[in-house]
Amino acid sequence: MQYETVIGLEVHTELSTKSKIFCSCTTQFGGEANTHVCPVCAGLPGALPVLNAEVVERAVRAGLATHCTITRDNKFDRKNYFYPDLPKAYQISQLYFPICTDGYVELASGKRVRLREIHMEEDAGKLTHDPYADASLADYNRCGVPLLEIVTQPDISCAEEAVETVEKLRAILQYTNVSDGKMQEGSLRADVNLSVRPKGSQTLGTRTEMKNINSLRAIARAIEAEAERQIDLIESGGAVTQETRRWDDDAGESYAMRSKEDAQDYKYYPDPDLPPIHISEADIERIAESMPELPEAKKQRYMTELGLPAYDTNLLTSDLALVRLFEATAKAVSDPPSPADYKEASNWILGEVLRLASETATLPENFAFSPHSLAKLIRLVKSNTINRNTAKKVFKEVFAADTDPEAYVKEHNLAMTTDADAIRAAVEAVLAANEKSVKEYKSGKAQALQYLIGQSMKALKGKAPAPEVKALLEALLR
Amino acid sequence: MTVDSTIVTYLENLARIRLTDTEREKCTDDLQRIISYFDELDAVDTEDVLPLSHAFEQVNITRLDEVLPSFPTEAILQNAPRQKDNCFLVQRTVE
Repeated sequence: MQYETVIGLEVHTELSTKSKIFCSCTTQFGGEANTHVCPVCAGLPGALPVLNAEVVERAVRAGLATHCTITRDNKFDRKNYFYPDLPKAYQISQLYFPICTDGYVELASGKRVRLREIHMEEDAGKLTHDPYADASLADYNRCGVPLLEIVTQPDISCAEEAVETVEKLRAILQYTNVSDGKMQEGSLRADVNLSVRPKGSQTLGTRTEMKNINSLRAIARAIEAEAERQIDLIESGGAVTQETRRWDDDAGESYAMRSKEDAQDYKYYPDPDLPPIHISEADIERIAESMPELPEAKKQRYMTELGLPAYDTNLLTSDLALVRLFEATAKAVSDPPSPADYKEASNWILGEVLRLASETATLPENFAFSPHSLAKLIRLVKSNTINRNTAKKVFKEVFAADTDPEAYVKEHNLAMTTDADAIRAAVEAVLAANEKSVKEYKSGKAQALQYLIGQSMKALKGKAPAPEVKALLEALLR
Repeated sequence: MTVDSTIVTYLENLARIRLTDTEREKCTDDLQRIISYFDELDAVDTEDVLPLSHAFEQVNITRLDEVLPSFPTEAILQNAPRQKDNCFLVQRTVE
């Protein structure tokens, strides 16, 4: 039988506010254990949580950027459960009135993945297992860091679409300064709800939930493995159990954690400590006006105004760090940049920059070089001071340690010779030494010229402009 | 709604407590009476009444996004029954 996969995502993103959602402790990642903790986030009795206004602002920004309806009357609810990463024994979240509802993100194919809701909540602490004490160590630094949970409808039908949805959300959250989107630091993580059903069927199968997957690659792998597991189970006469599973990316498989609680088991009720939040039309208008250019608009503008191809703009706009690098580099080449400068900056970033980034496993936000260094290198090529091959070699140094390309070229004597006499002397020597090729060329063998160009460039140690060498050879052979 | 011993056992699990048979019987009875108070509310016409979540009319109580010093770690750990490496040491729970 043919099966189809039905996927819904819950994407959790930590907000890049300075302080926590209900207290003034820092949200800084890491730090010594239990140094970013106060009575509010430690859940001490009698402590009063007060909402960070910036969290509401950012939640509204995220909602507007994803075409959501903004809820005017917001409340917070307590989600009660016992787990030692949660010292209050409840998480403050929004069940009944999430701040944003009914939005969507659009994939490159034009397909829209609907968002059911976005709600505000607090993150939990971190538990690590201590094998010596056979106990768990609880660090509450992350407790109370503001989170948005973005819940999609089950509109996703394969791993690629799931990855693209997360990428689009990540870019939107970065552009709107809602979150830094750093998956490796846990600022963005996804729960995957997945079920399978016979192709064409309208009823949903029993779903499982895989929690806290924190890389795009792991999301794709987890989806493929879980769909296969469920299909095998059904094919062999079994049934899928509704449960929460943990994806082990190293092992490439998931295993059952616990049977899924029903919502009623969380005994949700309105948090009496936190008065309702009213968002006015004026608030929404003010936030809408302050919204920066979003990925989709930027992509369109790059295509129409800068004349970049769709493929290039897709890649460039997928990550805010790349966008910043691209715009700053082009501007540093010349201000204002010409279409050719934009194209050149884009070619460098999508070519050498991303190639070295992938080779060295460096994320765009951690690039060591400045846009000015890349721009200097582009100018060196533009002015024919060095050729492209040399530039690529120099860029390796720029990428690794932000080396000044001008100084490097000078120091290693890489600049092309502009001395016409020297070029002529070298070319003439090559012609004299290769009579056979000269004869071949003259008898109509065009390839012989390529050989002579190669020999001449070699004699000049690659430091002469190839078009000039070619023109000179043609003239001398005439 | 009828409260029986199955529901009470279920609640025991959620609340992480264990009742004796006598306690469970008493608890079942108590809960049944508490639930029946709500039957009285069911009888009231609430068609045009908005759900009430807060008793006061305060709204939009917020603070600015500013960082203030946290508490000293020793103070935070003061109530920890067991501690190690500046962490609360709790029963093994990592799955």
